[in-house]
Amino acid sequence: MIFGIFGKKSLPLVTLFLAGLFCMPFVTPRFYIYLASVILVTGLLATSLNLVLGYGGMYQFHHAVFYGVGAYTTALLLTKTSLPIWVAFASAPLVAALFGLVIGLICARLSSLHFGMLQLSLGSLLWVIVYRWYDFTGGDDGIHGISMPAAISGTTSAYYFILIITALCLLLMFILIKSPFGRILQALRDNPERCAAIGVNVTWHRILAIMIAAFFAGVAGSLFVTLEGSVFPGLLFWTLSLEILIMCLLGGWFTFFGPMLGAFLIISLRTVAGNYTEYWTLILGLMMMLTIFFLPKGVLGFVNDLFRSRSPDQPLEESSHATDKVSTKIV
Amino acid sequence: MELFTGLSFSVLCIQILVGLSKATILFIVASGLTLILGVLRIPNLAHGSLYMIGAFTTYSIATAFSQSSLGFWVALLLAPLAVALIGLIMEQGLFRFLYKRDHLMMLLFTFSFSLVFADLVKMIWGSDYRSLAVPEIFQGSYLLLGMPFPRYNLFLLLLGPLFAAGLWYLTNRTLLGKISRAAAVDREMVGAVGVNVNLVYAAVFVIGCYLAGIGGALVAPTQNITQGMDHSIIIEIFLIVIIGGLGNVWGALLGAVIFGLTDAIGILVAPQFGIVFPYLAVITVLIFRPKGLLKSIW
Repeated sequence: MIFGIFGKKSLPLVTLFLAGLFCMPFVTPRFYIYLASVILVTGLLATSLNLVLGYGGMYQFHHAVFYGVGAYTTALLLTKTSLPIWVAFASAPLVAALFGLVIGLICARLSSLHFGMLQLSLGSLLWVIVYRWYDFTGGDDGIHGISMPAAISGTTSAYYFILIITALCLLLMFILIKSPFGRILQALRDNPERCAAIGVNVTWHRILAIMIAAFFAGVAGSLFVTLEGSVFPGLLFWTLSLEILIMCLLGGWFTFFGPMLGAFLIISLRTVAGNYTEYWTLILGLMMMLTIFFLPKGVLGFVNDLFRSRSPDQPLEESSHATDKVSTKIV
Repeated sequence: MELFTGLSFSVLCIQILVGLSKATILFIVASGLTLILGVLRIPNLAHGSLYMIGAFTTYSIATAFSQSSLGFWVALLLAPLAVALIGLIMEQGLFRFLYKRDHLMMLLFTFSFSLVFADLVKMIWGSDYRSLAVPEIFQGSYLLLGMPFPRYNLFLLLLGPLFAAGLWYLTNRTLLGKISRAAAVDREMVGAVGVNVNLVYAAVFVIGCYLAGIGGALVAPTQNITQGMDHSIIIEIFLIVIIGGLGNVWGALLGAVIFGLTDAIGILVAPQFGIVFPYLAVITVLIFRPKGLLKSIW
């Protein structure tokens, strides 16, 4: 049930969609290819956030840290060492997952708001270090002009590379969501107390979820380096985390493809609105307020609700409210 | 007296005082945030924007009254009131419909406010730097231990305890403070005994915004007033609120002092990494006491 509403008919649709993406470079100008790459990378990042946020019910306020860590790992390995390029790409997600483990160990026991706040502060510490460490990370200038091998440099080749990796990652994440682990994660979101009572190790499942999400965010980070050939501290800044949270919310954070849709909507809107006005964030802000008021489950969540009473991935309304009450009492 | 190379005792003392005067501003802004977070449970990311609006409004009012020597003081009186008015409109117009939503929704909602405010400020004041002269009475410096110390910073140092005492009185001795602390713990019960909770919420939100405005007004003469002031302060005050304990005004004071001192002394120890020390202090505190140093009120 990939799109929620389409049931088992979704496989041909996904194949068609992928085929369309593969043919895109033959029909569209280069700028749109670049734009599509940006959307894919950002969408992968937002989807990885949604593993923890929508499926795990944890308020990951600073997910961009893992993206930045992944990007910086790739960039530093490529510029400071002469290791083969695949080592640089492979170590980015692993280092990001390691950071996920550390942050998870520190935060996972906490309840929602404290969890998010502590993440925000840990992430800000990392940002400050990257921002100031001129000798190692290039400070606020970042690192520019990272050269890629010919096979993945150039707009079209980079696009294909990003498309294949993103599709693979999405597939892996989708399998993960449908696996027993994914089910436990959703059960943890809906009712952590009951899960603990039946013997699920809540903390370790949460840490594992954070690590997996960090892993995929790290992949997105190294894809960013492929695309732009540069890194800068803005990749770890908290506003980026909020932007991808907005993408999840706008697209639909209880659906698998919601974050991808959110990334598509926001990046294309930014590109279109940027042509007409310099006050683009004003438009984004107003749009967000409207979404929160009228579409709290996002666009895909809304579409799902239109077609059926409840998608299996969405939380049980009553129990989520119940657990919300319990957790606020615990704080 | 040399402590170690290049760092004399008097430099250290002056730096501590500078840190404490920075802490005053941080405390005033953070106490507003901690009230809103503690009582209304809104992680208000727009708080930094209100602080920025306070600073820009102070600049405009002070320049409008620049003929008289009272320009800054008029601005100090009016600008926070303007910010409080904006807060009232925000709370009554939008926020009060969203109290039942969870923290994430509120966080994103206030973030969208900060996006809107950032562009509005750009529209009204443009994207240039603005700077405001220190009011006449506080121009110049005193000599302390043979080192110059700006008079305006001394004024800030004196204001800090004054505000702490005022907030202590407000939260512990007034009816509003007692009701709001009760509402922070159990909103329904306070409503059930006949208190108009909506009114209490509005009052707390407006007071919080007023404090952000005051912070912005006080900081205006000490630094450039720029776009991006909101982003730089919001993380600092969030950290202060967290290490103090959410909703605890004394915690905000303690957090601000820790933040200001580690920042000021860190710059002496390692000029390049000075800014890292406050963050390190915060993380150290949070690893051992994830819910803050002092008890949070909920």
